[in-house]
Amino acid sequence: MTAMWTLTRYIFSDIIRNKVIVLYAGFQLLAALLLFNLEENPDKALLSLLNIELIVIPLISMIFSTIHYYNSYEFIEMLLAQPLGRRQVFLSEFLACALSLVLAFVVGLGIPVLVHFQDLLAFNFLLTGTLLTFACTAIAFCAAVLARDKARGIGIVLLLWFYFALVYDGIVLMILFTFSDYPLERLTLLLTALNPIDLTRVSMMLRMDVSALMGYTGALFKEFFGSYRGILYTGGILLLWTILPLIMSLRIFRNKDL
Amino acid sequence: MIETRGLTKSFKRLRALQQVDLRMEENQVVSLIGPNGSGKTTLIKCILGLVRPDGGEIHINGQPIGKDFHYRSTIGYMPQIGRYPDHMKVGQLFDLLRSLRAKHDGQTDEELIAHYRLERIYDQPMRTLSGGTRQKVSAAVAFLFNPEIYILDEPTAGLDPLSSEILKEKIRKIRDQRRLVVITSHILSDLDDLTTHILYLQEGRVHYQASMEELRNFTGEQKFGKAIASIMQQSNG
Repeated sequence: MTAMWTLTRYIFSDIIRNKVIVLYAGFQLLAALLLFNLEENPDKALLSLLNIELIVIPLISMIFSTIHYYNSYEFIEMLLAQPLGRRQVFLSEFLACALSLVLAFVVGLGIPVLVHFQDLLAFNFLLTGTLLTFACTAIAFCAAVLARDKARGIGIVLLLWFYFALVYDGIVLMILFTFSDYPLERLTLLLTALNPIDLTRVSMMLRMDVSALMGYTGALFKEFFGSYRGILYTGGILLLWTILPLIMSLRIFRNKDL
Repeated sequence: MIETRGLTKSFKRLRALQQVDLRMEENQVVSLIGPNGSGKTTLIKCILGLVRPDGGEIHINGQPIGKDFHYRSTIGYMPQIGRYPDHMKVGQLFDLLRSLRAKHDGQTDEELIAHYRLERIYDQPMRTLSGGTRQKVSAAVAFLFNPEIYILDEPTAGLDPLSSEILKEKIRKIRDQRRLVVITSHILSDLDDLTTHILYLQEGRVHYQASMEELRNFTGEQKFGKAIASIMQQSNG
């Protein structure tokens, strides 16, 4: 166990010196400062930031993690020639990668948001952003372990991002539209859980005033997500989105030929 | 020290290793040679546990290797291409390995670090190093923990003649200390005076395995390179 933490620490300190991570944090910080300064109503600014968060966090986390995995391939080989287990090495790479992306998020978006909001909303924002980063990193590592070729791995990850960020909403809308004669509230609730990005979006939106515009389904959602139980539910599902891909990648990685 | 029985590995249609039986003992320097794609790297990776064989057994010091990784504390490995995290400093890499092998009791072997003057670049990040310098770092890592078995994959490929000579001198020095050194290399003349045994792989099979004396007697050639060439010709003809 100590070996794993030592390894995580060293890889972490390597990644946070990476230009991409620094730029990622810088870009988020810039966006947050601009929006909070230009927009008089901080709620509106937060809503815009949320939209940036939902596009940028998954995209950067997934692509960066994939590229990081492939670039570390020889180093991983060297580590595995030492008396270290595969699980230790893989989890160290994952943790170091996810934690540095989370650090960039907290510095870039988290701190500016905490300056303007100190309520449950801010807490929800930080929690979902962090867990979303973990989930996306886990999904990316899974894709990278599956595909031996770097170009193919990045391709898979881009397709997944495209699916979660854009296509999925279209599919959900189509289902809702087709079956609009039936009561769909519970189904909608289930459908949001199947997409980490949507889940984050819904759990944030329903803490903001905009949810008043969403009608009956909105009211049911607000009752559900607005409570503490809602936070637990969102957090739990996002954790599952981290753990399940991780278990799958560990299974593949344990018997993989390097 | 290393023994394999019926070791077999295929990558999809390519049969990388077919029923490889071999024995390597202490006080040997074994040259693993063969044409490109003959299975040299796959064999090494199987021994290191990086590639999972389809069939057969590998024994290190009499113990079969399974999924338990502790046997690797007896091995020092120098990869063909060493790539390290870009922003990790040279000194940090050695620190990391020392703490990962915290259980390692006994002296570390820092002779190569000293001879290659690596202390002078301890503060440099890995990405600024040239390919040859990275090879020196890899070599120093392989020798650091005084292992019983040294596995060196193309060790002199990226090194300048002086550094390559330092490495050969080091191998010569440990050869007689009840160690086993396994070297793969294309450059035959480079290994001339170090090698005690050769293992010739072709298309995933052990084609020829013998000591240098046997090889000389067998081919009638005194020079290592010529003796190997003669073996290669016989196997092709």
